[in-house]
Amino acid sequence: MEKSISEIEKEALTRLENTTETEEIKELSLHYLGRKGVLTKFLRNVSSLPENERPIAGKNANILKSTLDIAFNNVLKELESTKDDNVAGIDVTLPGRSCKRGSLHPITQISNEISDIFLRLGFDIAQSPEVETDYYNFEALNIPKYHPARAMQDTFYISENIVLRTHTSPSQPRTMEKTDPPVRIISPGKVFRCDSDLTHTPMFHQVEGLMVDKGVSFGDLKGLLTTFIHQIFDNKTSLRFRPSFFPFTEPSAEVDIRCVICRGKGCRVCSRTGWIEILGAGMVHPAVFEKIGYDTDKYTGFAFGMGIERIAMLKYGIDDTRKFFENDIRFLRQF
Amino acid sequence: MKVSLSWLKEYISINLSPTELAEKLTMAGLEVEGIENRFDYLEDIVVSRVEKVEKHPNADKLTCCAVNVGDKTIQIVCGAPNVREGLIVPCALPGAVLPGDFKIKKSKLRGEKSEGMLCSARELKIDLDASGILELNTDLVPGTSLAQALNLSDYIFEVDLTPNRPDCLSMIGVAREIGAFSEPKAKVSYPDFRLSNKNAGLFSITEHANVEIKDPDLCPRYAGGLLLDVKVGPSPFWLQEKLESVGLTPINNIVDVTNFILMETGQPLHAFDYDVLAKGQIIVKRAGQTIDFKTLDGKEHKLEPDTLMICDGEKPVAIAGVMGGENSEISVNTTKVLVESAYFNPISIRKTAKKTGINTDASHRFERGVDSEGIINALNRAVELIGQVAGGTKAKDIIDEYPLKQTPVKIAVDIDALNRRLGTKLGIDSIKELFESVEFKSDKKNDNTLNVDVPSFRVDVTRPEDLSEEVARLWGYNNIEMSFPKISAQGKLLSPNLSLRNKARDIMNGFGFSEVINYDFASPKAVSNLLLEQDDERTRVETILNPISEDMGVLRTSLVPGLLQSMKTNNAQQIDTLKIFETGNIFLATKKDSLPEEKEMIAGLWTGTRSNNSVHNKKSNCDFFDLKGVVQGFLEELNIQECVYERALEKEFPYFCKGYAAIVRKDEDLIGVLGQTKSEVLKNYNLKQAAFIFEMDMSTLLKLMPEKISAELLPKYPAISQDITIIIDSNIEAGTVSKELGLLVENDNLAEEAYLFDFFEGQPLAKGKKSLSFRIVYRSPSRTLKEKKVKALHAKLCESLINRFNADLPV
Repeated sequence: MEKSISEIEKEALTRLENTTETEEIKELSLHYLGRKGVLTKFLRNVSSLPENERPIAGKNANILKSTLDIAFNNVLKELESTKDDNVAGIDVTLPGRSCKRGSLHPITQISNEISDIFLRLGFDIAQSPEVETDYYNFEALNIPKYHPARAMQDTFYISENIVLRTHTSPSQPRTMEKTDPPVRIISPGKVFRCDSDLTHTPMFHQVEGLMVDKGVSFGDLKGLLTTFIHQIFDNKTSLRFRPSFFPFTEPSAEVDIRCVICRGKGCRVCSRTGWIEILGAGMVHPAVFEKIGYDTDKYTGFAFGMGIERIAMLKYGIDDTRKFFENDIRFLRQF
Repeated sequence: MKVSLSWLKEYISINLSPTELAEKLTMAGLEVEGIENRFDYLEDIVVSRVEKVEKHPNADKLTCCAVNVGDKTIQIVCGAPNVREGLIVPCALPGAVLPGDFKIKKSKLRGEKSEGMLCSARELKIDLDASGILELNTDLVPGTSLAQALNLSDYIFEVDLTPNRPDCLSMIGVAREIGAFSEPKAKVSYPDFRLSNKNAGLFSITEHANVEIKDPDLCPRYAGGLLLDVKVGPSPFWLQEKLESVGLTPINNIVDVTNFILMETGQPLHAFDYDVLAKGQIIVKRAGQTIDFKTLDGKEHKLEPDTLMICDGEKPVAIAGVMGGENSEISVNTTKVLVESAYFNPISIRKTAKKTGINTDASHRFERGVDSEGIINALNRAVELIGQVAGGTKAKDIIDEYPLKQTPVKIAVDIDALNRRLGTKLGIDSIKELFESVEFKSDKKNDNTLNVDVPSFRVDVTRPEDLSEEVARLWGYNNIEMSFPKISAQGKLLSPNLSLRNKARDIMNGFGFSEVINYDFASPKAVSNLLLEQDDERTRVETILNPISEDMGVLRTSLVPGLLQSMKTNNAQQIDTLKIFETGNIFLATKKDSLPEEKEMIAGLWTGTRSNNSVHNKKSNCDFFDLKGVVQGFLEELNIQECVYERALEKEFPYFCKGYAAIVRKDEDLIGVLGQTKSEVLKNYNLKQAAFIFEMDMSTLLKLMPEKISAELLPKYPAISQDITIIIDSNIEAGTVSKELGLLVENDNLAEEAYLFDFFEGQPLAKGKKSLSFRIVYRSPSRTLKEKKVKALHAKLCESLINRFNADLPV
């Protein structure tokens, strides 16, 4: 046998490197790979080798055959494309095979955004059940039976003492029962009210917040919520705190933001007031602490709650809250 | 509650514009939801002069008038008896809308054109006179708007009051608040609340009537006044107008006065026809037994024994604080009136109102708490006013039964604590001043303590924190400086179930599935729609006592119906290919009056084509194995390995096609189920397309996820793969063969893994046969294997497999 496989390989690749003409490459290809080519001959002669070398030699020759084939073809293609702009190629303007990711529900996205902000501020996420006892949903929050404040929330009942939670606030007593101060939690989740129209769905989402520590003040509440609003909207968004009433906070506040649509000029979204109600908040009522057994002389706290749909509607410009639960994929995939 | 600006002005001077006032009220906690110009409708009514009056050619009682309306003279057909030349009268121009939705248009009356309407006072709702057109002051200039000419201006505020502020459910209450934020601060000028001598008889009320309170816990105070020889009739215009301005309907002069006092002072009153009160007695007591009672609106009610009733010597005559009875109502024949002014226990009233479903202006106030010390004032004023508008003679005195005296609330306020709570630095004197602006009296006990007397009308203030709100509110929430809480450096990791939820959503997104959120509610039919068997735990539904609609009557026990519902929504929009998923709770009922078990699940649905529409591949529909790929990929992403898929039993998952569903489990834990939805179920949801669904239990996933992952060393030596194809009976599942092969591989030191890479059924194979091709990878951790050795190993392993399944080899 004249040349070994590695010698043939070396020689062929060197010759290929020094070639720039299509015709020459075609000749080279014929010379090595053709029916009467070097490799074909080599393979025919394998039988003349000693028996123990035969399999390896045969295999190696076949490998080289395909290696060279690929190498020759690549160089040919390259030459073709540099020489001629009108080469057939592929129609690169045809659409790619689509490869789509699914989308997260807008409520999930906003809820995550809110959670992320508060997690960065050192809050933990607390969870509590969607079906609640009357005690946690009302009594523990200083809303006794037959309190007129119960009329503020139309409640779904499972039995006399079991309700679908009307707010995420039960997470407050549930957390405090298990933890000593300091407490810093938020609690996002579903809530339910017996109400259905353009602006109300019987189920919607809220995020509750609670902070209890020594020396927590109403000023702190204002500071924290302002930081939050600036992050979730932007830091040009001004806030307005006005007196309100929740049985479990005192003082209680309703928080409005400057309409993010019209920037306060007055539009349909803000009912021409320039302000949008976004949050309820206040200093935790001492009656709530007393039920838990927190020392009201030592600790103060604030709580707040907001509707996720409301924020999503403002951020995405959605006008009908029912759209969130119709699950039309064309709607969902926009976010 | 509706509040009239002009009415307010009778008690307080207001120098703010309606919008400014609304803003201030809102910022004081009395949220104004809307402002309405009450005389809006007078915009298109102008002062006009009747220049010429001629007889209508075709009607005896009509005249044709030339009317100067300022910029022009128009013809109007008029039927008023007092029309004459030179009159200055109001004229409604085309486009005007008169009270009662009466639109003025150009028209023809008996052939003569009429381009407007000359109006009477009643038509314009500015007086009761309807005898003819309203004759205005002759100095008025035609063309002037009537509202301006008559100085008619009133704005109605719609105030949304929070339940803690019953003191503001009246004009005087709102006026008091306005006084506090007026600059300079203003004081309310209260009406005269004393009983005058005018029309007073010489008799005492006690000669005619007596009041007995049997249940003072529910009625601590009850006062009554009496008038004889009154004349029941319509109220004078000023009274009707006042009531109408705040949305109340005038009824008769007696009832109108009680409603007027209610709106003025916030104290609900009730007027009885004294003659029907047996023995002239008023007894306030619980019903004692279940009774039937007809209220003055003509409705029958069944009342529970603990309902507080007003009774006469024989029978109940009113549901205390809620509504009077038909039997003692003021009628045109009434001549003697007994007026009630009382304090009822708020909880008792709320219970009754709730149980009977009656919500009145009275019950609204009683259930929030009226001013126990304002009762006599309101009664006196009512007796005076009735005398004024209905005549008659009043008793020289009143009855005031007050067995359970309410104790005045006194609160000592620690100024430092108050400032700490609010984050303010207010001095004791400025705080004292703030209190006084809303009629709270206070004394300095020392430099840091104020003793505050809470006025009886402020039922919401009982402890120092309530006073902190009062200070914050009056100082202005927006004047409280912002600070930032001191937050200690501590934090916890997200709880594992929340991390899993986030991760699960992310994985599903990656697989092209979009998230949906369905209601937690389900139709009670969902259980039968899914064909669930009676002993299935998913039949343990929680039923909502007061559902919003029948198809949202229970809580869901599976996410599947919601997904099918979402599929229907999208199919209806011609969206046929859908990949959606949901994570959320299902609810399984436990014991009665206990919380249900809440289980978080994740479920997904795939319907339509396998891949997104593309020019490059042919459209083909997704099938079971597409979905199974998703489930497998999902579990792999969560590092839950070695899951086993087994044919699901129809009994357990009857909503899947028999033989086209699998459960997935790991060891003893059932993770979930996947399959093709049965057509009967699809029909129940009005669906036509094949739908593939999986549902998995998140808590099981959480349990099975490895706590930590340790890296494995990569092999150093090359592997050698060998294939085997066996032909076996079709009814042997690939999984069974794989499992067996797996065991063989496990027992062989050099076999690393085995996997199925091909599967075939049909010609040229015999019927009832299938072929499975496995690749087995051999590798030694310590050396390069020799092919010969591998071949021998492989042959042995294949032989075991062939024998195990009595398999054939391909020809």
